[in-house]
Amino acid sequence: MAMTDTNQRRRSLVRGLLSLAAAAAFYQGVAMSGFFPKVLLPGIPTILTTLYGALADGTMEQHAAATLYRVLLGFALAIAVGLPLGILMARFKPVENFFLPLVSALMPIPSFSLVPLFMLWFGIGNLTTVLIVFYAATFPMLFNTWTGVRSVNPLWLRAAGAMGADEKRLFWKVIIPGASPFIITGMRQAFLRSWIAVVGAEMIAASDYGLGWVIFDSKEFLQTDVMMASLVVIGIIGYAFERLVFGSIERATVYRWGMVRMAKG
Amino acid sequence: MLPIEISGVSLIYDTPGGKVPGVKDVSINVGASEFVCIVGPSGCGKSTLLNIIAGFLTPAAGEIRIGGKAVTGHGMDRGVVFQDFAQLFPWRTALGNVAFGLEMKGVAKAEREQIAREQLRLVKLEKFTASYPHHLSGGMQQRVAIARALAYNPAVLLMDEPFAALDALTRDDMQRLLADVWRETRKTVIYVTHNVAEAVYLADRVIVMSPHPGTVKADIRIPLDRPRDPLSAEFLEWQKNLLARLGHEPGGDEAYKMNGKATT
Repeated sequence: MAMTDTNQRRRSLVRGLLSLAAAAAFYQGVAMSGFFPKVLLPGIPTILTTLYGALADGTMEQHAAATLYRVLLGFALAIAVGLPLGILMARFKPVENFFLPLVSALMPIPSFSLVPLFMLWFGIGNLTTVLIVFYAATFPMLFNTWTGVRSVNPLWLRAAGAMGADEKRLFWKVIIPGASPFIITGMRQAFLRSWIAVVGAEMIAASDYGLGWVIFDSKEFLQTDVMMASLVVIGIIGYAFERLVFGSIERATVYRWGMVRMAKG
Repeated sequence: MLPIEISGVSLIYDTPGGKVPGVKDVSINVGASEFVCIVGPSGCGKSTLLNIIAGFLTPAAGEIRIGGKAVTGHGMDRGVVFQDFAQLFPWRTALGNVAFGLEMKGVAKAEREQIAREQLRLVKLEKFTASYPHHLSGGMQQRVAIARALAYNPAVLLMDEPFAALDALTRDDMQRLLADVWRETRKTVIYVTHNVAEAVYLADRVIVMSPHPGTVKADIRIPLDRPRDPLSAEFLEWQKNLLARLGHEPGGDEAYKMNGKATT
């Protein structure tokens, strides 16, 4: 069992690297074809050199840290609001009646379109970017939680009730774990939206620090290699969270419990 | 281990098509430590009645007393086992599932795990304490469910077709196991089934219900000695007798064919 697990993981790693290598080769081919001037489309060696330099002098780390700080703060706020509100909406009809129309009306508004307004209200810097992240991440968290709690098997509630569970313990011992596949999916989507939102928000509402800010700032100086290097960092951090953090949470919980299954083949 | 008095219980379902009587004026007295099976066709209200006794449904009229105390809502004097395997909590191991009721009662961790282990031994699953439900077969999951319902030591065990979704061979094993568990624990059991052979194998008394609305049609004592031999002449005789009370000839109706032991 464990043996095939490691084998499978190694194989999927190899497959992942293969598709990355193919994409990189294609990119390098286009870069070398001379279709775009080199300054607009730098080759992979140039990008890697720039990335190495930015990492070596610590500027890239500072930008990444600023971005991560904004993301994690906004994401944490989104969970703190979305999770309880989603649960309350699913459990109590009046709460649902009040919040559902609001949620439905606010959810389709792209978080990016709020950046100029938030800039006027809260100025340039962390407050605006964190709030944009919070706005982007709250709805997927809330919606998934709401759905998850409503899809908890009523038999679990009956069984727990028959065994003397009161409302509080029903909540912590049955509803939360019962809705966990949806709650984890909600966190994943919320994080992804946060990550997308923060880069956009930083482009116009941040100063001096942040990966989005670096990209936008580099445009002024035609530093496409810096832009590309920042994109690589954005991709790597996003991937790390998606696969390592949320993937591990999922493997340790809902996969282990058999509540969701791996795809076959 | 407590007697159950069901007196004049009625329940009406509110459906989009109007009011449909679920059960009407049902009265049954179950003695302490008695094993009573309720049989009847689909829609005869047998599951409804069980859900009323369990406290999941509130009757429109009538009263249920367990050990002389009127039933309002669910309580820890009753353990409930459902038909659906999904009744177990998938995020808890077999041990964690069985310990749930004790945890709700506030029993300390070491003690409740010890009790849960004993209960799992009773249903012959002592080797699977650390398994999650999705790694267990249907029969094993139902045994965990029985252990879970017994773990907090209720006086009454309510079972709603717990073995109906199992294959015939596993079902035979389960029935034997349940008969053993009952002999050991002496719980008062109300067991709903549509399987006549199962009722004759398990029950001290069989209540036959008829549908539209659900009422008690017959109340039959099964005087066979235990352990019962499902291939003996008198066992088959009782099965025929019961089928006749249900208004069916043996083999006449899919739902009442003498499945399980009698035909294999």
